[in-house]
Amino acid sequence: MHEMSLVAGLFEILEEKAREHGARRVTAVRLRVGRLAGAVPELLVTAFDMYKKGTLAEEAALITVPVPVLVRCRACDEKFEVDDYVFQCVACGAPDLEILSGTDMLVESIELETDEDASL
Amino acid sequence: MKRKDVAVYEDILKSNVAAAAEVRRRMRERGVLTVNLMSSPGAGKTTLLERLVEKLTPPGRLAVIEGDIETERDAERLRAKGVPAWQIQTGGACHLEARMIGRLLDELPPDLDFLFIENVGNLVCKAFLTAQVLVLSKADLMGLLPFDPERARREALEVNPALEVFRVSALTGEGLDDFVACLHRARAKLTPEDGRHA
Repeated sequence: MHEMSLVAGLFEILEEKAREHGARRVTAVRLRVGRLAGAVPELLVTAFDMYKKGTLAEEAALITVPVPVLVRCRACDEKFEVDDYVFQCVACGAPDLEILSGTDMLVESIELETDEDASL
Repeated sequence: MKRKDVAVYEDILKSNVAAAAEVRRRMRERGVLTVNLMSSPGAGKTTLLERLVEKLTPPGRLAVIEGDIETERDAERLRAKGVPAWQIQTGGACHLEARMIGRLLDELPPDLDFLFIENVGNLVCKAFLTAQVLVLSKADLMGLLPFDPERARREALEVNPALEVFRVSALTGEGLDDFVACLHRARAKLTPEDGRHA
């Protein structure tokens, strides 16, 4: 399952951020998942729940936020959403589109639990 | 104990993206055209490579990295042709990742023109959007099967209009020379700024 290796990348970020903020635990993760990112949100959640056991995010919930595919036509500058895999400008028909969003997976925010004494 | 929200905005693939950029940089510096071959299983990637070995270059100037779930079989087929070939067993991951490739680069022979990476995977993922070449394999079967190559070409171009499309038969040799010419052109165009030929 390819979601497992994606989640491994997510945990690298979680560990790095927790260290940066002196946090002991991660309690929630919001992940923006592009529709063309090549991952199934439900499988990401399953992989996350398998991976988190014994880690600093053991109690955390993964919340996925779907991100639509937005493109810009390089010929006429029209911006629109692609939802059927047809990469052609809806205004002028040109095929040369720049993808603006919807192909990646970004950690939007995480909720951390910190030791108050340590941050004083 | 207190809780706080932290804004992050980081790509979970960032370490793979960085590793991939490093692989591209190293191959570009050596003047090696690196080709990532992807298809569903059974499309004929290994057979195509066996034919390419005969056409492209002296066999020692071409290397192959094979991705497979469990076996060494594909690498053995290419070694039989005199090609240095490495097999990476992905063990259930659906395709090769940049770090797996990066670890092998030091073992590659010094004088190389082409590196082929025979990847594991289907094209459901966004790889299709960034591919530069589409090879329709088994051209000798076209006409015998209901598959419509012209329609496949048209629909592929709708998704990725930058694709160069070739119809190739590894069995009869049809279309191979055109594809080989395309690989030579891509290698000639390798510059320090543009090492990206999928």
